[in-house]
Amino acid sequence: MEKIAFTQLKEELFHEKMDNGLEVYILPKAGFNKSFATFTTNYGSVDNHFKPLNETEFSKVPDGIAHFLEHKLFEKEDGDVFQQFSKQGASANAFTSFTRTAYLFSSTSDFNKNLTTLIDFVQDPYFSEKTVEKEKGIIGQEINMYDDNSDWRLYFGTIANMYHHHPVKIDIAGTVASIADITKDMLYECYNTFYHPSNMLLFVVGPVDVEGTMKLIRDNQADKGYSEQPEVERKFADEPHTVSKKKEILKMNVQTPKVMLGIKAIDVHQSGLQLLKRELSTNIYLEMLFGKSSPLHEELYGEGLIDQSFSYDYTQEQGFGFALIGGDSAKPEELTESLFSILQKSKTGFGLNEEGLQRTIKKKIGSFLRSLNSPEYIANQFTRYAFNDMNLFDVVSVLEQLTIEDIRKVAGDLIVDERMTVCQVLPK
Amino acid sequence: MSIASDTIMEKSGYRLHVVRTDKYKTNTLVLKMKAPLTKEKVTYRALVPYVLQSNTSKYPTTPELRSYLDELYGAGFYVDVAKKGEYQIVSFTIDIVNEKFLSDSTPLLEKAFGLLSEVIFHPKKNGEAFDPKTVTNEIRSLKQRLQSISDDKMRYSATRLVEEMCKTEPYALEASGNLEDLKTITPESLFTYYQKMLAEDEIDLYVIGDINESEVEALADKYVTLKARVPVRLPRNTDKEVEKEKEVIENSDVKQGKLNIGYRTHIAYGDPDYYALQLFNGIFGGFSHSKLFINVREKASLAYYAASRLESHKGLLMVMAGIENANYKQALEIIHAQMNEMKQGNFSEAELEQTKAVVRNQLLETIDVSRGLVEILYHNVISGQNISLDDWFAETERTTKEEIVAVGQKIQLDTIYFLTEAGVQE
Repeated sequence: MEKIAFTQLKEELFHEKMDNGLEVYILPKAGFNKSFATFTTNYGSVDNHFKPLNETEFSKVPDGIAHFLEHKLFEKEDGDVFQQFSKQGASANAFTSFTRTAYLFSSTSDFNKNLTTLIDFVQDPYFSEKTVEKEKGIIGQEINMYDDNSDWRLYFGTIANMYHHHPVKIDIAGTVASIADITKDMLYECYNTFYHPSNMLLFVVGPVDVEGTMKLIRDNQADKGYSEQPEVERKFADEPHTVSKKKEILKMNVQTPKVMLGIKAIDVHQSGLQLLKRELSTNIYLEMLFGKSSPLHEELYGEGLIDQSFSYDYTQEQGFGFALIGGDSAKPEELTESLFSILQKSKTGFGLNEEGLQRTIKKKIGSFLRSLNSPEYIANQFTRYAFNDMNLFDVVSVLEQLTIEDIRKVAGDLIVDERMTVCQVLPK
Repeated sequence: MSIASDTIMEKSGYRLHVVRTDKYKTNTLVLKMKAPLTKEKVTYRALVPYVLQSNTSKYPTTPELRSYLDELYGAGFYVDVAKKGEYQIVSFTIDIVNEKFLSDSTPLLEKAFGLLSEVIFHPKKNGEAFDPKTVTNEIRSLKQRLQSISDDKMRYSATRLVEEMCKTEPYALEASGNLEDLKTITPESLFTYYQKMLAEDEIDLYVIGDINESEVEALADKYVTLKARVPVRLPRNTDKEVEKEKEVIENSDVKQGKLNIGYRTHIAYGDPDYYALQLFNGIFGGFSHSKLFINVREKASLAYYAASRLESHKGLLMVMAGIENANYKQALEIIHAQMNEMKQGNFSEAELEQTKAVVRNQLLETIDVSRGLVEILYHNVISGQNISLDDWFAETERTTKEEIVAVGQKIQLDTIYFLTEAGVQE
């Protein structure tokens, strides 16, 4: 077991790679009531084209299958795992993102029992035709719920505008039609391919005994007899640099129009420090232009183009990356034009000065420290970073090294007409 | 040892609550201003915090105020308006890094007090009025927020149920105010009302973090000065009897029907049977092992979400489920059946034990978050009680099945609300 100390942050992180390839991290947090554990596979909604375990040919699976599998893993022959967690005083949950599927629980007692339940249920799939059919009704309602949600439609509308082929454009849950094709055999095929320990990470945070927890995990894994498995081969079609559509208008039953601008990033096969720097510098760039301390924000707000729902964010994972900027607006056309024009002007350094940078870095360091109050944040973000070969605890040092040239370079690289798109939701 | 408790100090015009803990990397200040929810003033109270949040006399523009927050290592500053029972509560929160985690050792807690004081006592003024431009901006922004409530169908249907159910009670008012009143508010009238809030509201200041009580008290004395007052306390209003059940079906262009059901429990936080009510709700629809989750979602496969929650200070139990428009009757039948099962005591000791464990777990988790801890402690202020968390745990632990069944006898179905596409519900 390796110990990594973060002196300034007063945190210690323990790490071990199990013999079967599973990466385990433990972050003790004295004083907290709650322990939290996430068990995550490096498998999400974009992984729909891959070589199944022991096969030589690539195979394509229905949209929404990673999310469907997440739902079904909770059900066992003798009932559902939620029950077992709640009998042990814990609450369990799971989520599927573009690139990850995570299973988690939090509890304030019986930690060892709950941790064992978590590991065992994820590593013991049980799918039957009957329960697969039943789940189609529940997930169908989940899909309908999101279909009625204008913010969600705007979000996916913008991403769909940006991408020609990449599966990031497909809704994580798929569609009612696509999930209709899912069978129990397909679930097993995906499970066997992606849920090998060598493709997974277990993160524990809370007032736990580090040695005892690590031993529990070692013993648990040793008993299961996993054999080695090669890395999964995934396939993605070539994606052009340009956006697929410059503009899309969705008519919905809303009173307030909504606007979202999407900017598609290129050179998205980065990892490690390079990716960390890209992400942080792009987020700082957006914050400097559009954050509440920027005069541009004040102007847009004063003109009634934006309200408190206005937000901006940049994310990048293996193979895709984008900035999203927008919110509710009574004047969607004017807002769209203003945002485009601000972004264009920023290429000449407009809105990007040294003083603003130093202030924004301070702000980001503060919010990073604040987020370390949250065990959920630590576990989820750490895992996401680790799958991209980054270390969450490098954030502060990378922030401190950013220069105004780095930020101006972001503006120059990112802001290109044919990589920008807009989606609007307008009242019917 | 107590699980978490606040040291309460009576100050002139407010109460200071200090909670000392070393588990956070930040220190948090929460100022709460409470007054009865009234039709006349609901929109004023909804608007005030957003105007105050925009600027101050020392930081006359939002960028100046926000730049100052950034300089304080991105201190978080949030405002919020909520209703608890029939009170409307305005909250100001400042969350600031504890300087011991920084190489720079500026005393940030004092800066946070200074800022809170600046926001509350030194707003940007124009004579005896708020700055007109700020008020105009915030009226426009609130108007947009109010309009967007109906764009979120889940929230809209929950709001509509309460409106229908509590038609003749102040509780029907939306804490964020309403569009009609917004038209009549001026910078003068808003400022005059704010002076009244400062003079008459019941005010509580919470300070949480790795802090020293006497230091916090000294800072509070230096930065927060208010005149003494006798806050308004409302009579109990949780006992309205249901004369006749109501069913309201509203048509809208939705793919998924939203079914919301309201019950009156006649029990509020602070009542001896409140703990039993909380467990009743947990077994009925509060958790993923509950009757609603299992029967509506897992067995009948009718919904993605089917759950219930309590409005602890008004004594309401609310069910919400998202279902296929055509499955209205079936879902309703299943939900009614689960309520009957509860009333007849058809749940096992194991279910009860399980629910106790989860309730306990949920409470412990909530108090791991400083703002969650404030919400829990603030229940006592709203209800005028003094229940410690230890009492809460002990009472929950000793609650029996008989007591839960007895709670069931008090629960009355009041209103069923269904938001659905025209002409498809059966």
